[in-house]
Amino acid sequence: MLFGSSLHAAQIWYILPLIVSVSLVYGATRHELPRPILYHAWHTAVWMTVFMGGIFLVLWGLSMWL
Amino acid sequence: MNVPASSTPEQTVEIDLRNPGFAALLAWLIPGAGHLYQRRTGKGLLFMVCILSTYLFGLGLGDGKVVYASWNHVDRRWQFPLQLGTGVPAFPAIAQSMLVRRGQEPMLNGVMAPPRSADELSYWHNTLNMRFELGTLYTMIAGLLNILAIWDAYGGPVVSEPGKQERGPPLDGPSKDKKAT
Repeated sequence: MLFGSSLHAAQIWYILPLIVSVSLVYGATRHELPRPILYHAWHTAVWMTVFMGGIFLVLWGLSMWL
Repeated sequence: MNVPASSTPEQTVEIDLRNPGFAALLAWLIPGAGHLYQRRTGKGLLFMVCILSTYLFGLGLGDGKVVYASWNHVDRRWQFPLQLGTGVPAFPAIAQSMLVRRGQEPMLNGVMAPPRSADELSYWHNTLNMRFELGTLYTMIAGLLNILAIWDAYGGPVVSEPGKQERGPPLDGPSKDKKAT
C-alpha cells in the first residue's frame, strides 16, 4: 500500500507536459514535415504511456501484495 | 489525430543544412535557433517552444533553485551538465556560481545560485519538497531534448524507416543537402 498511498493523483498530471514535449521533439528528429512528425509523436506518446502505465501497475500490484 | 502511415503519401523534401557546425552551435545556444538559421522555421519553432517551455516550467516549479552549478563538499550537482544542454538559458547558473565562489552576493535574487551550505540545500529540499525533484527532472530533460535538436540541426532528421524512404545521394547540390519526410 505504500506506493499507492504515497502517490497523489494530482502528481500524475506532471507527466503530461513531459510526454507531449518529448514525443514532439523525438518525432521532429525523425521527420521534416508536420504530418509525419505528428504521426510519429502520437505513436511515441502512446508507447510511453503504455510502457510507464505497465510499470506503474506492476509497482502498484507489488505494493498491494507486499 | 491518428493518421495511418499507409494513407500518408510519402513526400521527400530536400534540406539545406547550410553550415551544419554553426547551426549546431546556434541550436545549443538557443534551442531551435539552429533550425531557424537553416530556414527550417516550423521545426525551429517546435523545438524552441517545446524545449524552452519544458525548461522554464521546471525552473518555475523549482522556484529558480533547481538549476545551479556546484561541485564541492556541499553538493556535487551532476545534473547541471545535462541542464546546460539548453545553452544560454542555463548560463546564469555559471555566473552565479562564480560570484558565490568569490564571496560576492548572487544577482537576480539568488535565482540559479548554488547553495552556500548543506543546511541551505536541506532547506530548499524541505520547502520545495517534490517540486525540487520535478523541477530538476524537467530541466534535465529539456537539456537532453536539446541534444537531440542539436544533432538534428547538424545532420538532419534520422531516417528511421529505410524501406520507405530514399537514402541515396541528393539529386542536386552539395553533400550537406539531405532528403527526409
